Amino acid sequence: MKRLSFLLISCAVLGSMQSCKMKNTESAVSGDAASKVYVAPGKYDEFYNFVSGGFNGQVTVYGLPSGRLLKMIPVFSLNPENGYGYSEETKDMLKTTAGYVPWDDQHHLELSQTNGEHDGRWLFANANNTPRIARIDLTTFKTMEILEIPNSAGNHSSPFITENTEYVVAGTRFAVPMGNEDVPINSFKQNFKSTATFVSVDKNTGNMDIAFQIMLPGMNLDLSHAGKGPSHDWFFFSTYNTEQANTLLEVNASQKDKDFIVAVNWKKAEEYAHAGKGKKMPAGYIHNTFDEHTQNTISTLQKDVLVLDPKDCPDMLYMIPCPKSPHGCDIDPTGEYIVGSGKLAALIPVFSFTKLQTAIQNKKYEGDYYGIPVVKYEEALYGEVKKPGLGPLHTEFDAEGNAYTSFFISSEVVKWNIKDLKVIDRSPTFYSVGHLMVPGGDTKKPYGKYLVAYNKITKDRFLPTGPELAQSAQLYSIEGEKLKLLLDFPTFGEPHYAQALPAAKIKDKSTKFYDIMQNKHPFISLGEKNTKVIRQGNRVDIYMTAIRSHLTPDNIEGVFVGDEIYFHVTNLEQDWDVPHGFAIKNNPNAELLIMPGETSTLKFVPDKQGIYPFYCTDFCSALHQEMQGYLRVSAKGSNVPLKFGTNATDTASTLTAQK
Amino acid sequence: MKKLTALGKVNIILVMLFLASLWVFPMWQIDLRAPQYPGGLSMKIWINNITGDVDIINGLNHYIGMKTIHKQDFREFVYLPVAILSFIGLGVVVLLLNRKIAYYLWTILFLILGLLSFYDFYKWEYDYGHNLDPNAPIKVPGMAYQPPLLGYKKMLNFEALSQPHIGGWCFILAGVLLLAGCYYQSRKSIRP
Repeated sequence: MKRLSFLLISCAVLGSMQSCKMKNTESAVSGDAASKVYVAPGKYDEFYNFVSGGFNGQVTVYGLPSGRLLKMIPVFSLNPENGYGYSEETKDMLKTTAGYVPWDDQHHLELSQTNGEHDGRWLFANANNTPRIARIDLTTFKTMEILEIPNSAGNHSSPFITENTEYVVAGTRFAVPMGNEDVPINSFKQNFKSTATFVSVDKNTGNMDIAFQIMLPGMNLDLSHAGKGPSHDWFFFSTYNTEQANTLLEVNASQKDKDFIVAVNWKKAEEYAHAGKGKKMPAGYIHNTFDEHTQNTISTLQKDVLVLDPKDCPDMLYMIPCPKSPHGCDIDPTGEYIVGSGKLAALIPVFSFTKLQTAIQNKKYEGDYYGIPVVKYEEALYGEVKKPGLGPLHTEFDAEGNAYTSFFISSEVVKWNIKDLKVIDRSPTFYSVGHLMVPGGDTKKPYGKYLVAYNKITKDRFLPTGPELAQSAQLYSIEGEKLKLLLDFPTFGEPHYAQALPAAKIKDKSTKFYDIMQNKHPFISLGEKNTKVIRQGNRVDIYMTAIRSHLTPDNIEGVFVGDEIYFHVTNLEQDWDVPHGFAIKNNPNAELLIMPGETSTLKFVPDKQGIYPFYCTDFCSALHQEMQGYLRVSAKGSNVPLKFGTNATDTASTLTAQK
Repeated sequence: MKKLTALGKVNIILVMLFLASLWVFPMWQIDLRAPQYPGGLSMKIWINNITGDVDIINGLNHYIGMKTIHKQDFREFVYLPVAILSFIGLGVVVLLLNRKIAYYLWTILFLILGLLSFYDFYKWEYDYGHNLDPNAPIKVPGMAYQPPLLGYKKMLNFEALSQPHIGGWCFILAGVLLLAGCYYQSRKSIRP
């Protein structure tokens, strides 16, 4: 009897569990979502969405609202597909003072701005691992410049920019000693420093240059954003580990109730730099720029950097206490509100720029941090968003005075009003959102309309692909009062921050092909008649052309094992979307994709004799399969004369063939 | 001898102006469209030049062995401007002579000039479309690639549309004006 009743109870419990099912993910999508994201064949998306690649080191471009992948732009990682980082022209783009670092951890992106609005000129990207900032041109979608940042490690709070792209910043996440000094790790408090680097951007060319570095006490600078409008002159960096722990940070950097937001008056810093208040410190860093005309990378080693010590520069820096290891540090479109997001906090503090200024004027300080005044929390605080969710990370804005904050722990996006700090709506993310992005959501003029959540965990959202899964992005409509989930799409690498702008701002400026008459590459072959092979010692330069559907020269002899062979291939085409590929059998050094009007160089050092076919790898035309040639590599010291050509009637070679 | 009417004189000046427009606008336009060329390709024929996507068309033509088009291969670009310019010059003579018979002769000369030009254009198109390189990679038995003189034609993956451009229409209009002028002048002579 006892047994029976136990059985019955168990059944009842199981039954009730079945009936009160947990909310499943599909219920989050409403009926008309499909029509909102459907972009008919042949039609264009409304927005370009530039998404950071995280651990893959690249930048990917998606169309919104379709979520279609448009392009992967190689930035910090090698890309054998088109030869980026392998070709003689591009390999120095990845040169650093630590040698070639052919990968990185790419976290944040910023589109260039004029008057606080996207101007559609450049995209900046940070490298978190080996501190670097890259600039991508938005007419060619090519990486044009990479600048190394000295005296830093973990370039995380980067590449955020000021309203007119005057500066792009870089902040240290892993404090390190200045100048690679050899010190005990546990001397962190005495010897470790963080730097906030201000990189100036040339108004016309976009060229970057380190203007000055502000030396801060050792701590972790996490994220940043520039002020706008009334707060134009200021830059804000969130910090954690102000405890200055150098081991088990998980615990030791989570001790204090509040860390800081560092408010930097960059105009003042600029004045100090101009007034000679800074100190030139020796610091090696490499600056790589891609010259469009010669199509080559110019790599220069810089030897020193101007460092500003806060001790010598009063009124330049202030600290605002911010609860629990703040992550996101976001400024609303009016420039008045500064939103800090404590990763471990259960509220969102919103600071007022006006109150901060008054507090500074009236010296309402609670103390100082290594000499830097710490403003009283309440004196800078506008208010707190109560119980918004768990683990706030980042906030973006729309043009109607609303803010959208991502919550990692409670896995949701929350919409709240900046003025009254009341939560308006919340929507689940699948799963554990990191960054989020509203088109133009960190500018003076957000475009609104959509919100994309970039999630850290994917699990069951797509067909399983073994243990390693794609990341998931989720598109929401923010046009109404409520957030509406529209679409899931997988992404390359791990997306962190992203940017989006209306397609109309850049699509008509897109380069279709390069004008071959502007090509000033030192190894160009301007026409098939100018192709040649030149030997100098064991260096062999092959001036080659590619045009549908042949390579000139396509028969090359008189090359020996151990020669350093450079194939300089010029694509003679002058039409849209007619690239040619170039690959050589057994070449360990990738392949090339050469755009019309471009010259690219592939190095090949054969270590065995033999006949090496080379061919076009991009299906260029109906006779693409015929676009091939042969390289004869003979043993070192053999007596084979140098000979080359395409369809050359050569009696000598015919005779040899007949034997 | 019958003298020209006032309207006849205006007519002569108009014809000369229309013909002078050939130096300002192209005469003919050939548009090509294929699946791989969504924006289409076009070639504009001027009295003394050929413009448009000529390089791209030349690049494509090597597959089927068509000759490449080069401005300097066209003797027409020398003859035609000379012929039209002379014709305009003769218009001045007709005006000065002020005789209807001169006007009629001038019209006949125009018709001959027009017919010769069309014949020459047709002959070039025939040669261009039929005279193919025997070593061409793509050979379609019985296929020729002569573009239409006027109108639409489908050739392999390409659709071709050939039609007068502004200059061509002006040329045709000049012809219409001349014929209308002849009719008008002759009617005027019947009723004194």
